[in-house]
Amino acid sequence: MKPSPFDYVRATNLTEALALLERHGEQAQILAGGQTLIATLNMRLSAPDWLIDITRIPGLSGITLTETHLVIGALTTHREIERSALVAQYAPLLGQAAPHIAHAAIRNSGTIGGSIAFADPAAEWPACCVALDARFVIQALSGERRVSARTFFRGLYDTDRAAHEIITAIEIPRERAPRRSVFMELARRHGDYAIVGVALLGRVDQGRLSDVAIGYVGAGATPLLAQGAMAALEGQAADADVLARAKAALAQDLDPSGDLYNSPATKRHLAAVLLERAVKQLLA
Amino acid sequence: MTSLDGGMGHYTDRLLHCENAVSASFAFHPVDGQPFVGQSIPRREDARLLIGRGQYINDLALPGMLHVAFVRSPVAHARIVNVDLSAAERAPGVHLAVCGADLLRALPPVQDQQLPLPAKWKTTVSHKIFDPRQPLLAIDRVRHVGEAVAVVIAESRYLAEDAAERVVLELESLPAQVDPEAALAADAVVIHQNASSNQLAEFAIAKGDVESAMASAPHRIKRRFYHHRYAAVPMECRGVAAQFDERTGSYTIWSSTQVVHWLRREASQTLGVPEARIHCIAPDVGGGFGGKGHVYPEDLLIPFLAHQVRRPVKWIEDRREHQQSACHSRDQIHDAEVGFDNEGRVLALRDAFIMDCGAWNPVGVGIPYNTASHLCGPYDVPNAAISARVVATNKVPNAPYRGAGRPEAALVTERLMDLIAHTLGLEPMEVRRRNMVSAQQMPYPVHLPYRDGVSIVYDGGDYPGALQKAVDAIGGLPAFRAEQAAARAQGRYLGLGLGSYTEGTGVGPFEGASVRIDPSGRLYVAAGSCPQGQGMETIFAQITADQWQVKPEQVMLTLADTGAISMGFGTVASRSTVNLSAAIHEASTRLRKKVFAIAANLLECADEDLELRNGTVAIKGVPGKSVSLADVARASRPGWDSKRPAGMDAGLEETYYWEPSTVTWSYASHAAVVEVDLALGRVKILRYAIAHDCGVVVNPMLAEGQIIGGAVQGIGGGLMEEMAYDSEGQLLSGSFMDYLLPTASDVPSITVIHQETPSTLNPLGVKGLGEGGAISPPVALANAVCDALSEYGIEINSTPIRPEAIWQAVKTARASHA
Repeated sequence: MKPSPFDYVRATNLTEALALLERHGEQAQILAGGQTLIATLNMRLSAPDWLIDITRIPGLSGITLTETHLVIGALTTHREIERSALVAQYAPLLGQAAPHIAHAAIRNSGTIGGSIAFADPAAEWPACCVALDARFVIQALSGERRVSARTFFRGLYDTDRAAHEIITAIEIPRERAPRRSVFMELARRHGDYAIVGVALLGRVDQGRLSDVAIGYVGAGATPLLAQGAMAALEGQAADADVLARAKAALAQDLDPSGDLYNSPATKRHLAAVLLERAVKQLLA
Repeated sequence: MTSLDGGMGHYTDRLLHCENAVSASFAFHPVDGQPFVGQSIPRREDARLLIGRGQYINDLALPGMLHVAFVRSPVAHARIVNVDLSAAERAPGVHLAVCGADLLRALPPVQDQQLPLPAKWKTTVSHKIFDPRQPLLAIDRVRHVGEAVAVVIAESRYLAEDAAERVVLELESLPAQVDPEAALAADAVVIHQNASSNQLAEFAIAKGDVESAMASAPHRIKRRFYHHRYAAVPMECRGVAAQFDERTGSYTIWSSTQVVHWLRREASQTLGVPEARIHCIAPDVGGGFGGKGHVYPEDLLIPFLAHQVRRPVKWIEDRREHQQSACHSRDQIHDAEVGFDNEGRVLALRDAFIMDCGAWNPVGVGIPYNTASHLCGPYDVPNAAISARVVATNKVPNAPYRGAGRPEAALVTERLMDLIAHTLGLEPMEVRRRNMVSAQQMPYPVHLPYRDGVSIVYDGGDYPGALQKAVDAIGGLPAFRAEQAAARAQGRYLGLGLGSYTEGTGVGPFEGASVRIDPSGRLYVAAGSCPQGQGMETIFAQITADQWQVKPEQVMLTLADTGAISMGFGTVASRSTVNLSAAIHEASTRLRKKVFAIAANLLECADEDLELRNGTVAIKGVPGKSVSLADVARASRPGWDSKRPAGMDAGLEETYYWEPSTVTWSYASHAAVVEVDLALGRVKILRYAIAHDCGVVVNPMLAEGQIIGGAVQGIGGGLMEEMAYDSEGQLLSGSFMDYLLPTASDVPSITVIHQETPSTLNPLGVKGLGEGGAISPPVALANAVCDALSEYGIEINSTPIRPEAIWQAVKTARASHA
């Protein structure tokens, strides 16, 4: 479990990093927290010629508030998000999801930008970003663009980011009053990649749900927005019938593949159980 | 104030003691005059281990050392057409690349029967065993994913792995055998061409008359039970380093092994070098649990390579290699039937089982024979017939792992106990109580031979007492049933599961100790046992200190080093405390005679007037009249000014090889309370208690650590850990992403209760302890889940207990009830 030979370069600013990416293209990998990349290198599942270390680039880390968005720098660690007062106030869903990411030692190194770029459908941040309708700031030498989380994830480990681009920030829309949120995840052991997980947002007024958003972890090739279930719950009091309709809608919303321990049918079942439990918790 | 009877008070104290053991230990001060055996003395090993100064194989750096990477088979079963090493040989930093065909010209295949069976067993037990003889590298066929095909030696492990990628294997695939029953079919492809079938061994044992007892039994239950494949998975993987010394023509082999003397024996045979020219050392070992309890091909290949390149060579197994080449364990299919009367008493027990041994069978019938000889467990079973078949498949070989065949036996017997209870509407605890051998029946002859060939006799204990204590420790049966009913009324599903076992421990053939009085007056003990983290340096210092009335700090030990004692067996099979304590006792007793004779000469008194007192030999009842052990050691030396009595040999050293008459029987009952989340199929352990008897407890803190550690491995096996293969023989749980080891957050608080019945078979009264904790958890948890789901009539007769299976079973049961 030793990596193949590679060259390593530490970029000191964003322009340098982007120039290196332009030059080496698919032969380069960006090294941020390294919590996934280093393991794949050691297993020789990935053998880039170049590692471009972006961790010393100033300005890519930290959590700030603008008029319209909560902005999380791409190099912000999972742990910083977990402990952030701004996140707790403006996007509490992220704080609820963070403890499910691996273990503290990994959360101290792993970054949100890395998680978004890697786009593992069983990871927490992509589904949260989809539910929160976040957008990603993506930089190339030619300029900057913004992409909605809901269109960024295209397929299994496949995203809208090109090889010469770097995600620099995650922008989450500010709400005058943040919605309630619940994050639930099933893993056989704490810290494992999720079997399935749900990120639920919504408002509760006299028992009725509104502004409902539901993101799913581990329920398809990408993080999924459960639009059918959202529609079934929107404006409704979550009684048994409504819940049953929402759960039934998941059949269309989700497309999980099986793993060693869970068939697709089991994952669908678990996703429905989680939805019911998450809604009940949101209402509680 | 609550009044407790004497017995309860005693155990309450024990419980409090258990819970406080770890925090209290570091403030521990031994009481003067008290024996050190029985005290929770902190581990002396921890001084180096906890600050990162342990010395593991990978810490070994020798000048000029080269590094090894293996090329391992990517497929389960194939004919080797060609192994092209040429590109690897040309790769940067490569010194040598070798494949199996090259190696065969230099080295013979190893024997597959490293654990010899005594003649007494061979003549008592009807058996047939075939030895396929494993080559050190695959020659004409690969037989499991991960089997070593070629090896590359280079300047660094990085370069060795780069070069290993350039080895080109040309393989012609053969059908993979992954199901041992299918592998027995007449038309199945035979994995070992020199065998007539895939059945590598069989044996049968019986007592009484099962046929007629079964036929006339008022009730019979027949079930199939499957104990799945999982493995030891120690924190430190395997590792071997070796060096050849040109001057003496000798080899030094460092291996992360549990059996240095076996390694020397096998290396001597394979390399063709006398044992006196092979020195084997196991430095600090980060866990073994049986998985390092025999000699692997890599143990022998690395010294051969060191000789070839005339440089020190090191191989460190990485986790991926470990999962696919270090031995797995368990993996048995049982077809068992029990006949019983209206009171739930067992009249007859019949079991025919298959062990999937994977591609090779390094320890013969060691595991399945353990299963057979432990099947009756703590119960008075009048008639039994047990037969086993060992079947080759294209999987990693099967070798003992903590429990070594006993968890499989417990799964069968303890599930049957619950099924009897269910059939008759009795409490599972009551059925066990009615069948258990009572304290009054001790010593109890089982009338089946143990694997040492001696007819089994349970040598003492109170089996129903341990069961009662375990159940009391989770709150008692009536209180639990009330709690269960209250929870059920709220829609929650709680269950209680029991698991009892007996365990033959301290098996022979022998272990030896050399005890020496150093000129400094300190005690020096050398022995063949091989610690892997158990704390042996601590407990054998305690034991030796008591023998010599000195403090444990005065005792030095050398273990796991063939240079320190000429013969040894090693640390497997819950045997080291039993055999080595006895060897230390006997060697010390002999040496004391000599010490007293010299001291009597120095003090001008008779031997009988002397006693050991605070590190001296002193005249009884006369304060101040003594000589130190250092004085005696000096007086014993050969040459001028010796103060030995006339005619006495020089030196103060005695070596004794203890050969136990047979095993001594530990036992325990586990009680688990679980809650099952029906919708998710999840099992949560709410309470877990273990009442066990390992005879005299040498160090309660370390004993509890052993039991809890074993129980955690058992819980892991019961609920999570699984070596899963697909139909092509590909290993699906080859990394820690898919092989689910329990972590701290998955482990419940475990209550341990000691019940001490000293063994009569050894001088200290100790019994083995290392494996027991791992035996019962899978079946105790299975029983607990069945109890929780009793209204659905769900039976869990296979492991691991997967959430998906629970949910499916509940769904199916609900559909059929509807």
